[in-house]
Amino acid sequence: MWQKKGRSLYCNRTEEICVGEVKTVEDNRIATHPILAWSRGAPVYVTYDGQQIPAYPQETVAMALYASGVKQYSTSSRFYHPRGMFCAIGKCSSCMMRVDGIPNTRTCVLQVRDGMEVETQHGDGRFPDGQAPMGGVAEKDAEVLVIGGGPAGLEAALWAARSGARVTLLDQNLQLGGQLIKQTHKFFGSAKENAGTRGITIAKQLVQEVAAIPAIEVYQGFTAFGWYQGAVCAADQQRAVLFHPRKVIVATGAAEKMLMFKNNDLPGVFGAGAAQTLMNVYGIKPGNRVLMVGAGNVGLIVSYQLMQAGIEMAAVIEGAPKVGGYLVHAGKIARNGVHIMTRHTVLEAVGSNHVEAAIIAEVDDGWQPIPGTEERIACDTICLSAGLKPSTELLEQAKVGLAYTGELGGWVAKRNWTMRTSNPDLFAAGDASGVEEASTAMMEGKIAGLQAAYDLGHTDVPLEEQKETRRNLDDLRAGPFGAKICTGLKCVEVLE
Amino acid sequence: MSHFETGIIDPLYLRENGFLPSEERQRKGPVAVIECIQEIPCNPCVGACQFDAIHMEGINGIPHVDFAKCTGCMSCLKVCPGLAIFIQDRSRATPSVIVPYEYLPLPTKGGTVTLLGRDGAVLGTGTVRFVLAADKVSKSSLVSVEFDDPALCEQVRNIRVG
Repeated sequence: MWQKKGRSLYCNRTEEICVGEVKTVEDNRIATHPILAWSRGAPVYVTYDGQQIPAYPQETVAMALYASGVKQYSTSSRFYHPRGMFCAIGKCSSCMMRVDGIPNTRTCVLQVRDGMEVETQHGDGRFPDGQAPMGGVAEKDAEVLVIGGGPAGLEAALWAARSGARVTLLDQNLQLGGQLIKQTHKFFGSAKENAGTRGITIAKQLVQEVAAIPAIEVYQGFTAFGWYQGAVCAADQQRAVLFHPRKVIVATGAAEKMLMFKNNDLPGVFGAGAAQTLMNVYGIKPGNRVLMVGAGNVGLIVSYQLMQAGIEMAAVIEGAPKVGGYLVHAGKIARNGVHIMTRHTVLEAVGSNHVEAAIIAEVDDGWQPIPGTEERIACDTICLSAGLKPSTELLEQAKVGLAYTGELGGWVAKRNWTMRTSNPDLFAAGDASGVEEASTAMMEGKIAGLQAAYDLGHTDVPLEEQKETRRNLDDLRAGPFGAKICTGLKCVEVLE
Repeated sequence: MSHFETGIIDPLYLRENGFLPSEERQRKGPVAVIECIQEIPCNPCVGACQFDAIHMEGINGIPHVDFAKCTGCMSCLKVCPGLAIFIQDRSRATPSVIVPYEYLPLPTKGGTVTLLGRDGAVLGTGTVRFVLAADKVSKSSLVSVEFDDPALCEQVRNIRVG
């Protein structure tokens, strides 16, 4: 039923809104892990809907709440459905809550503070009661502005700085490293380029290298949200800065895709990457029994990591007739007794306030569910690994030439081989320029960083090394798993 | 069903395509078996081998073990990101297999563990011969298990503690 116009900005629903009540504060934190260890320190306390919840200083609000058993963060604006988190890395709006009176706060990237007041947000956010604490906008010049501190952004910053450029690096998370900080598995690729080393170790090395270079200035916790005629505005919770850069490298990564099925917004349905963030960054169990949807590399790797964290896997289902990821990853979970079910899809998430089961079914050659094959799978978490979409918002605002390229995850920037877009001052690298691997993202970031420095007139740029990196990148993509990427690149690597 | 549908590699495929060492070779001493049958961009095993026993054509090539050169030294097991390398040994009185193991708790030497196949099916029990606990860099532990039936050498690919 359509509601009348002119309704209040805040929740105008008359019936009672149901919020999953936290009866007992749980502790879903992982004590021991074969690869990881957490030093959590002394707890602080936040207030959640009037109730005291313990949290550890290095946690974000959403993670601390989840660890205590809170699965619902808001109620949706139109249908007042309970909403939990989805991406856990600041990309979606699923975990927005009212924090210290400020609505629409992405709690997954906001660090906890003792005494913080967190409230479930019902419907649209109500305007803050008090004056917003923003104290105007500072302005700063930047020679090379790198947006995103993941594998591509870190390499871009490092190589631009090593070539003589001054670099400003923006990152919206609590710590640098992007998604590398949750990759506990050893990387594939060339032994020359970190293969055999775990992602978490690579992240540590890159962050140390960045810290050792004074020419790189890091703005941690800053989200770049606006492109204003060549200037980039970014903000954290306290202040906003308008950067005037000479060159910009957009390395904003990618966001997990949603799948269409009944009740897909039920708390407990979230991206496989969110599960990884919970367990591998914060040491929090995502659930007790997980159904993984998608048998690409992400789905297979995260399933293995869930088992390493002591969590039971219900099954891995995959719509395609074949496992999409590497067989070696599939082998790791298969030999632990996990059933990989190809030609299967999820039809429905079952539960009132949280996932209690999933209904799955076999699909035919046209990916349509076959009636009569429905099966109920008991689980408290449904992880989606249905691919990623490049985060191109800033590139879109800057109006660089884009091309829809399904092989690369969606809309991506057209560019030349140095990752320079149709705007000569703007580069894209990593998943933001096409979803691939962390190892290839690092190589793209290096190529872009070197080119930005060269374009600025720096003379110390190792151009031979840039070409060599590109050759290595081509070698990595030369196999059957790189064929799709190469097809996609033909559509976007079109600039001179 | 093929291994692409289930994720479980068919041992017959491994045998017919030269991925498994002969019985005669296994009797001579420990030997590495690399169950990596897809062209994926990955090569750390080649560089880890000090005996030039692993060959690959280009970074996307499939690794092949020269069973005559391989000494079963385990260097490749420690670096393989796919955890797809195992050591089979039928040279001693009790046959044994070494598997990479990244779970807790770690088994203890002399303890009894459940032997699992490529599909996770229980194959019986074995005794832990040794555990090479994870070093700080690699963090993959290697577990050697021995058992009575030599035919299990080609089947045991995982263990369950307790």
